[in-house]
Amino acid sequence: MKNNLGREIFEQSKPYIRSDAFEQEKRRLIAKKTTDESVVFLKSLSEAIDKAGLKDGMTISFHHHLRNGDLVINMVCDAIKKKNIRNITIAASSLFPNHSPLVEYIKDGTITGIVTNYINGPISKVIAEGYLKNPLIMDTHGGRARAIESGDLAIDVAFIATPAVDKDGNGTGKFGPSACGTLGYVIPDLLYAKKTVLVTDYLTDSIVEPELDYHYVDYVCTVEKIGDSEGIVSGTTKITRDPVGRKIARDTVKILESLDLIKEGFSMQTGAGGISLAVVEYVKRIMIQKEIKARFASGGITGQYVDMLEMGLVQNLYDVQCFDLKAARSYRENRHHIGISASKYGNPFEENIVVNDLDFVILGATEVDLDFNVNVTTDSLGTIIGGSGGHADTAHGAKVTIIVTNLLKARLPIIKEKVTCVTTPGEDIDIVVTERGIAINPKRTDLIEILSKTKLPIMPINELMNIAHNIAGIPKKLEINNRPVGYVRYRDGSVIDTLYSVK
Amino acid sequence: MKIGIAGSLESNDCLVTIKESKEFSIKVQSIVDVFYHDQIVELITSVLEDMNIKNVEVTLIDKGALNYTIKARLLTALHRMEANHA
Repeated sequence: MKNNLGREIFEQSKPYIRSDAFEQEKRRLIAKKTTDESVVFLKSLSEAIDKAGLKDGMTISFHHHLRNGDLVINMVCDAIKKKNIRNITIAASSLFPNHSPLVEYIKDGTITGIVTNYINGPISKVIAEGYLKNPLIMDTHGGRARAIESGDLAIDVAFIATPAVDKDGNGTGKFGPSACGTLGYVIPDLLYAKKTVLVTDYLTDSIVEPELDYHYVDYVCTVEKIGDSEGIVSGTTKITRDPVGRKIARDTVKILESLDLIKEGFSMQTGAGGISLAVVEYVKRIMIQKEIKARFASGGITGQYVDMLEMGLVQNLYDVQCFDLKAARSYRENRHHIGISASKYGNPFEENIVVNDLDFVILGATEVDLDFNVNVTTDSLGTIIGGSGGHADTAHGAKVTIIVTNLLKARLPIIKEKVTCVTTPGEDIDIVVTERGIAINPKRTDLIEILSKTKLPIMPINELMNIAHNIAGIPKKLEINNRPVGYVRYRDGSVIDTLYSVK
Repeated sequence: MKIGIAGSLESNDCLVTIKESKEFSIKVQSIVDVFYHDQIVELITSVLEDMNIKNVEVTLIDKGALNYTIKARLLTALHRMEANHA
């Protein structure tokens, strides 16, 4: 069976129609759970697993705010393995290379399902080899919030790595040896999981304005250590020094200026890639020069945005995830650095979400096709190398969505006839900027009209592909007749593409 | 034995090793092998044919180099092979 983008999808799944199809749907909400009884403090994960009633076949959830420094996912899975509990589904907002011990648990049937927004590292390899029993589900950040609140992703027990917990059972990411800043991605888990366990290594007397309200907490479990601080800052990238990347960034800023998007009270979000960071640096210079202030910047927040906030260039930061310790510090100290939940960030059914208020977003791509569909989930062989995160959410919400990418990466043309996997539908992608030329989505006649009057090298996207082919040669077509191992779920819950095993 | 090496293992580059050999052979190990293997082998073959070189063993470790990079590295490796011998 095929969806509206012509992608083959699992039988009987809900096919993707259009990026705004959710507007015709009603929001579905399961009951929020609150605990009347006081929070129980425990000394071991083994005890927490018993008290929470974890059994074969259940779903447990985690967040990724400690990124590659997270110790909690492995710790909980070890404890589960020791109890010989099997057939567990892991609903983690993202998985990183440090979670490689899960590979063994996938192979031995302890873990049989994974629902996540992003995978980086050895776990993707074992899934590509076909070891995960049930289909892998890849959500967007906003889509995960939707999946949880609607019951599509029903969580039996949420194990929430919490940098600090007070005596009532409130939690925060602001303090403690593993302070990581906001805990935006785990708010849906807190509200809707049947049982909630805060896992912490730092107890304090009381927390003012906790992100995690004790009314939703069942247990607090203290362990020796929840995170490695070096791994926590691993999300940061450096501003590109590569002249090709700098050219792409400069042209992108010319586009923003031509479209009059850098003006008093504007709003922006940028990815954490090297080119995006260079764009922010150039935008910042223009803002200083022309004395322009932005209303807000959102997303995963980096130190770069903290500087802009502290210089008074940006009024507010809406932060669902702090990318570095500077951002975590700012979130703790600055009242204009505001934490938001994954739902408030990008859930299509939530009201007044941040992504819908964005003037522009700058995003990356592994592949872009002639229909402007973007892949950030797999490489050109089909191996998972990431996932949407907020890609599809911001692309739909922002008024102008710009993809910045080299035309070729290690010989491979980034522009393809068809992407290997659709993460974000082409209808939500407006402009693709490469070092050799810029393509504008034909449906954005408004942008074409303005930008065709500039000296920028605007061309049809197939011409961009031809340039790439002339430089690198036409890559041999891959025949993917491998078996499905999972699917990409669009933010509204429909299936946008299938993930396949890789030989 | 005559041997020449050129290039690097940086992204977008390649490392070419060329050795005198009784049997002609080309070994390619590339990160884009699935997509460009045939084109790379064809390129190496045609460069060697143009120079009328037959008795060599060519090993290419490719990190996504473009054709002109591969050709340049190959020619330099050939020159070095001759120079080393002289």
